[in-house]
Amino acid sequence: MAIIEAKNLTYTYPLTEAPAFRNVNLNIGAGEFVLLTGPSGCGKTTLCRCFNGLIPHFYGGKLEGEITVAGLNPSEHPIYEMAQHVGMVFQNPENQLFALTVEKDVAFGLENLGFPRDEIRRRVDWALKVTGIYDLKDRAPFELSGGQQQRVAIASVLAMQPEIIVLDEPTSFLDPLSAKNILDIIHQLNKDLGLTVILIEHRLDLAAKYANRVIAMKDGCIILNDEPRKVFLDERIRLMSVGIPKVVRLYLLLREDGVDMGRVPLSPEETSNLIREVLNLDKC
Amino acid sequence: MSMFDGLRFRNVSSPIHKIDPRAKFIYVCVLFAVAVLFNQIIPLLTVFLIQIPIIVAAKVRREWLRLIRGSIFFATFIFIMNIISLYFYGGQQPLTLIIEYSSAMTLRFIVLIESFSIFFLTTSPDMLGLSLEQMGVPYEFCFAFTTAIRFIPVLAEEAQTIIDAQRARGLELEGGNFMKRIRNYVPILIPLIVNAIRRSLEMAEAMESRAWGASRKRTNIYVLKMNMRDYIFILISIVMLAFSIYVWLYIKIPSITQILQSLKG
Amino acid sequence: MINVEDVYFTYPNGVEALKGVSLKIEDGEFVAIMGQNGAGKTTLVKHFNGLLKPTRGRVLVDGVDTRHVSVASLSRKVGFVFQNPDHQLFSETVEDEVSFALKNFGFPEKTISERVEWALNLLDLTEYRKTSPFMLSGGERKRVALASVLAWDPKILVLDEPTIGQDSYQKERLRQFIIQMNRQGKTVVIVTHDIEFVAECEPRVILMASGRVIADGEAKQILTDIELINKSSLILPEITQVFMRLNDFGFPRNVISVYEAKRLILERIPGGI
Repeated sequence: MAIIEAKNLTYTYPLTEAPAFRNVNLNIGAGEFVLLTGPSGCGKTTLCRCFNGLIPHFYGGKLEGEITVAGLNPSEHPIYEMAQHVGMVFQNPENQLFALTVEKDVAFGLENLGFPRDEIRRRVDWALKVTGIYDLKDRAPFELSGGQQQRVAIASVLAMQPEIIVLDEPTSFLDPLSAKNILDIIHQLNKDLGLTVILIEHRLDLAAKYANRVIAMKDGCIILNDEPRKVFLDERIRLMSVGIPKVVRLYLLLREDGVDMGRVPLSPEETSNLIREVLNLDKC
Repeated sequence: MSMFDGLRFRNVSSPIHKIDPRAKFIYVCVLFAVAVLFNQIIPLLTVFLIQIPIIVAAKVRREWLRLIRGSIFFATFIFIMNIISLYFYGGQQPLTLIIEYSSAMTLRFIVLIESFSIFFLTTSPDMLGLSLEQMGVPYEFCFAFTTAIRFIPVLAEEAQTIIDAQRARGLELEGGNFMKRIRNYVPILIPLIVNAIRRSLEMAEAMESRAWGASRKRTNIYVLKMNMRDYIFILISIVMLAFSIYVWLYIKIPSITQILQSLKG
Repeated sequence: MINVEDVYFTYPNGVEALKGVSLKIEDGEFVAIMGQNGAGKTTLVKHFNGLLKPTRGRVLVDGVDTRHVSVASLSRKVGFVFQNPDHQLFSETVEDEVSFALKNFGFPEKTISERVEWALNLLDLTEYRKTSPFMLSGGERKRVALASVLAWDPKILVLDEPTIGQDSYQKERLRQFIIQMNRQGKTVVIVTHDIEFVAECEPRVILMASGRVIADGEAKQILTDIELINKSSLILPEITQVFMRLNDFGFPRNVISVYEAKRLILERIPGGI
């Protein structure tokens, strides 16, 4: 059973003529790690807003077609209900943290939902531990680094224990090391907690190895929707101004010159292993 | 570091900081009432002096002084206005009485500022928001309040960045006549406002995504509980109020002029 | 030429952001200033156009001490493009926006319209001439900000984190653009922590950590030095990570380019191709 299913989904923002995306068909199973990518303006951000009901409730506009998320039709349920199934983490850490302590920020969603105090405390502690920021509990969120702030944002979404977590370019404002750490955490959430992850990212070099599916969009249409290796091999990805990882480029360059590495690598480790095999370097 | 530092929360640990905001609020109201009740200089001076140990205990001397210094302008204005109106319209009062009365009015103003200052210097915004919430103010207002305070330093920093960015394009903010200077602030204000709006939209999105508005009965993980110290503080305030009312009703307070005259004679 | 002489800088809140930085940037160079958030990169470059003045030491731009001249006059030479274009956009049309600085600097009317035309053209914005900048997309707004700085043709261009939020097409355009500017003799300084972008451009790299310069040299040398990378909380470029693991088999460590990687591997194909 798909956890997100969309049929012929088309959306047009209010006061706009051209749709932001059209005829989108999706079938995402529970526990998948989906990497959603594409050039700026391709509609990926807009598409994600449909998962938790921000579209159509917050943005208005015209949504056509069918969409079911965790068994619910977002158009028929208020955002606060969808929020318990789909958590969303946004690009700018600063604008999604409201409280004066980390603990209170992580508790925000549960407070809104009216959970009893002990339950909130339990879940908050759990979420803080999973994201590795338990010792930052009493700090003020705006004093933290960007990477730490994004962890707080993730924890505050986790606390509501949704089945799906959507992250919209969460590493945009982070330095490379923090970006890598955040993506590692997201991978953990997917692997250990079974959360379905939808990650919008440009930094495919860091994220591709964790995804079991890459969806590439352009001009409001889904062009590619498959396993990462197959997507990167497809000619069309190169015409889409999507930054494929350099290790994939290396694979393609070698292939042009008649050297087949055997498999499209998705990480530096994999690449070096494949190169060793190709060059017969392990003869000891 | 401006006069407004006297009204901004100062994060130190002091016995006054630990008092429940609601107790402090009652105290401030009592001070207000007492200051308004009396217009003789002796009781007002007493009230003014009583605050000093509290200010010292709260470790906020420096900020409080800054506020007092900043309010000297208004204080002087009040003083002069009172003198002028009494002199011309107050009937034939002796000069000493006029001065005394004007001083009393100025002192009343200062006492009022003083009490606000103590309150805001020793109460953190989240404690304040929390106490408002527990007093029944709708959550939306409390949230708007604490969020606004939380974003003041962010907006200040953004304003500085915008100023830098426009200066780097040759914008001169000093010099020029009045009209030109106002116009020069347009490239600062517009990005500031546009960004504030953009920021609020982003925040609203995030809030909605965290179940904002889900339940009328919102839980709060922090709870303000009044303890013995708070009740004692309230008790002292009430006693002060009762005493002041008694004095006001039954005791005729002499003016300093009268005291001086009786000593002479 | 930019000359930074033993500069210390402390912010009013007491934080010492620069602790004795010295460096020289010659005309026509392409330099990337890298390091973790908080290392002092942006603080340093803000000294180039006088927005910040050193607490100790001095900064000379073409021989002139920045403490003795105004930001406006330094900005004529040093064009600074801020990270977030929304911190400067305020005009009714793109045209007005691009001519703003030109008006401030007192250019004559005719020159202004020529320069605006040229800048809009250079950055593919001519069709948006009469559009409100607020109606444009993020990437387009970034180009408007860039155009408004280029308009007055500064000889030194400083770009603060130009790649944040950009997709790969936009980054490639930026890279081409920088090369073009450089070829025209402009000095280009970028502040960035985008390793892969720097690996593609291969500029001179000045690496900073905790307010100090900890390395200054070729991108290839610095980005592949594990110790330096760790000290500045960066990560190794992708291709370097591959070759670090192949080092035991006789491959060099300091590889950052895909093309060089390909060449090195092809050389070692058993039996040739």
